[in-house]
Amino acid sequence: MSSTLPDNLEVSRRSFLSQLSAAGSLVLMAKVGSGQTTQVADATTTDAELFNPDLFVAIAPDGTVSIVAHRSEMGTGIRTGLPRVVADELEADWDRVNIVQAPGDKRLGDQNTDGSNSIRFFFKRMRVAGATARKMLEQAAAQQWNVPAAQCRAESHRVHHTGSNRSLGFGDLVEIARTLPVPEAESLTLKKPGEWKYIGKDSPVIDLNDIVTGKAVYGIDARMENQAFAVVARPPVVGGKVKSYDATAVRRMPGVIDVLEIPGYMDVAGYKGAPDFNPLGGVAVLADSTWNAWQGRDALEIEWDLGDNVSYNSTEYAKSLVESASKPGNVVRKAGDAPAKLKKADSVITADYFVPHLSHAPMETPCAVADVKTDGSGKVVSCHVLTATQNPQAVQLSVGPAMGMEPTDVLVNVTLLGSGFGRKSKPDYCVEAAILSKQLGRPVHVTWTREDDIQHDFYHTVAAVHVEAAVDKDGSPTAWLQRAAYPSIGSTFNPKAVGPGNGELEMGLSDLPYDVPNIQVEGCNAGAHVRIGWLRSVCHIQQNFAVSSFADELAHNAGRDPLEFLMELLGEDRHMDLKAAGLGNRGASPEEYPYDIGRLKNVAKRAAELADWKRGKALPDGRGLGIACCRAFLGYTGHVVEVDVDKDGNIHIPHVWAVLDCGTVVCPDRVRAQVEGAAIMATSQARYGQITFTNGVADQSNYDTYQMATMSDSPREIHVEVVKSDAVPAGVGETTVPSFAPALCNAIFAATGKRVRELPLSKHDLSWS
Amino acid sequence: MPSINVNGKARDVSGVPDDTPLLWVLRDHLKLTGTKYGCGVSECGACTVHLNGESVQSCVTPLSDVGDADVTTIEGLSENGDHPVQKAWKEHNVPQCGYCQVGQIMMASAMLKDNNDPSDDDIDTEMWNICRCGTYPRIRAAIKSAAKEMKS
Repeated sequence: MSSTLPDNLEVSRRSFLSQLSAAGSLVLMAKVGSGQTTQVADATTTDAELFNPDLFVAIAPDGTVSIVAHRSEMGTGIRTGLPRVVADELEADWDRVNIVQAPGDKRLGDQNTDGSNSIRFFFKRMRVAGATARKMLEQAAAQQWNVPAAQCRAESHRVHHTGSNRSLGFGDLVEIARTLPVPEAESLTLKKPGEWKYIGKDSPVIDLNDIVTGKAVYGIDARMENQAFAVVARPPVVGGKVKSYDATAVRRMPGVIDVLEIPGYMDVAGYKGAPDFNPLGGVAVLADSTWNAWQGRDALEIEWDLGDNVSYNSTEYAKSLVESASKPGNVVRKAGDAPAKLKKADSVITADYFVPHLSHAPMETPCAVADVKTDGSGKVVSCHVLTATQNPQAVQLSVGPAMGMEPTDVLVNVTLLGSGFGRKSKPDYCVEAAILSKQLGRPVHVTWTREDDIQHDFYHTVAAVHVEAAVDKDGSPTAWLQRAAYPSIGSTFNPKAVGPGNGELEMGLSDLPYDVPNIQVEGCNAGAHVRIGWLRSVCHIQQNFAVSSFADELAHNAGRDPLEFLMELLGEDRHMDLKAAGLGNRGASPEEYPYDIGRLKNVAKRAAELADWKRGKALPDGRGLGIACCRAFLGYTGHVVEVDVDKDGNIHIPHVWAVLDCGTVVCPDRVRAQVEGAAIMATSQARYGQITFTNGVADQSNYDTYQMATMSDSPREIHVEVVKSDAVPAGVGETTVPSFAPALCNAIFAATGKRVRELPLSKHDLSWS
Repeated sequence: MPSINVNGKARDVSGVPDDTPLLWVLRDHLKLTGTKYGCGVSECGACTVHLNGESVQSCVTPLSDVGDADVTTIEGLSENGDHPVQKAWKEHNVPQCGYCQVGQIMMASAMLKDNNDPSDDDIDTEMWNICRCGTYPRIRAAIKSAAKEMKS
């Protein structure tokens, strides 16, 4: 029976579960109700028995509902959240639901768990999946009872006849339901928000019990029979190569199985001058345990050709960035004539902000196990990767060419992720595992050490942002010019990308929301010397830091209250005219996802109310409140931070108030948890976060030198409010990081009179007397 | 070293080099993967286990230091995942990605054994584990809940 649904809502009658089973794959499966979960189990259901009206949902004759989780779980709760949307529309009993983690499969749509997109992209799709199955079960009951379908209503895992007290369980309806045509999406009646049972209601994440008992399986725990463990020596400088190496002694070390070379990205066929997701190259030691491989790796004697990036020194580079941002760049937004007004203005305020490279440093380092089988001629006949990835389809696309296979023939299963923050969207580590497995002829598990992780990351960029404003006699800006210079993420894929792209500048810089008549925003050249990648919140990190700090600077310059001044700057409640300003909107239509200044003002005002903002003026020296707000990933966050700086300059953060407006919420507690976590991640970045380079080599290598905030130096109380909203779902995870750092630095100014324009705070003496 | 005591059982580790950190002995040789690697230098606490009831970082504890001590890992903390700390972790929905939480739970359970009424400052001092997701406020709340249950 063919699908009659629109392309983007395409459903398939082909059993997803049985297909997985046929492929012999491992499926990360969890039974949600019992608390007893089977993390990795063979799928056992057969196609013949299932009612499988949609790729995402299948119902077995015993009534068990299987729902496919196709996005990766890295701590957001998405592996619980999206299936709960399906279950809600289906009227399934959550206790009778199995969650099946999908492998990479483009039929499922986008699987890149990144960009704060999961609920936004799939909320509607999951409702359609659930409603499709519900309608067919109701139709099956109608057929069974010979009554009109309109008299049949699904509720709590049964279909009830409204004209009698008859009812049938979902399982009892499977046999008939699976013979019915799949209804068109347009014919479905989705539940009204008031009818939702799971959407917007809290439930523990399905992996909770496994996590607290140590049973949860992450990429580092992934095992295949007869696997070898590998640790890799990579070129210390990006673009370096192995010149020669001596592994004689290493081969004699305990447990060492083999020593193998991994070609670097420059030696890959079709190399276009950029690393892409291909490995950095290097030499791997394979052993019977991670530790033995690691010891062997450290004992390797390798002579490197370090390549051109050996000239990368971050102190000099920072100067070049500031210099680049001081000169006119590529104009990406222009309203009125800011440069002319600035030239003629009596009073001009300028400031230069700087945010260094950051590393993702996810708690679990990149890890993958691969099993590659070849025929007698060395041709790859199968490749199975089991890994902690944010994007199994990207793994297919990268591993496929490296193995000489069609990407869709690469089987990629996904474990839980020990966080990701964008690092695990980039599958170089999976390619390493596949290359090594092919060479060794048995499964190989690659573990990155923490040093590997911090020294060979796809780093958050390093940025200089220059801002200047002409102000009138009241201190209000009449013209605003800002320029940013930083290496682009594009440089990782295209050697011609030599400065921020429009999509990057649109993260908090060119989409400046302030109501100023003359605005100009420019991007300035900056070449990359390391792999640049996206890290949670991406360019909002540096751009909202600059913009929200500068707003505070202008307020103080005018002698005004920063909150009142900010509200005036934002102006009337309105929708920004994104089209007129030539701005993108993360691919979302401005009609569906307007840039709503009213919502932006609201989150800031609400945070201020919760913080009792007015008391800020009465706080003693060394204590202060700071405010900032932003729209990021289509959602809105307002932060007020209270800081206590002692006379020696030690910082304590007793309170944070964070207000998020992300539209419709599926899992309220998981949203709150991410808002709490964002404040803490931003605390790490603001206080300590910096990766610097000397002669192309990262100066930091572990948590001792790349410091993280712990319990004692994180905010003590984080008060979170999520705005009740029936607007379409927007971002959460990346929405709530960017306004924290400027709010903190604005608070530090209120407390000490010291303005921090360059992060991290650890570089600054904040003592006062 | 022929064997070590893990979760109440003698486990064969003959043939494992003496300088191997306990972390990798547990994970790779004994297949107890609940204990996690985070840094390898005792900076993050993800690998925390109990040695005779005290918290230690298994990533910097060589096998030769274990001797006849009792090693307790998350797999042996409770029969059914019902240690008061585990229960409190669930009650407060502490984990996000969950990766560091085993180490946090082992650290907290060792602390509470010695101090069943920890102050905020005690918690700040004892709980130095890193959580990149930022679950600290819930860890604090869960520790207080667990302490209450352990006292009652």
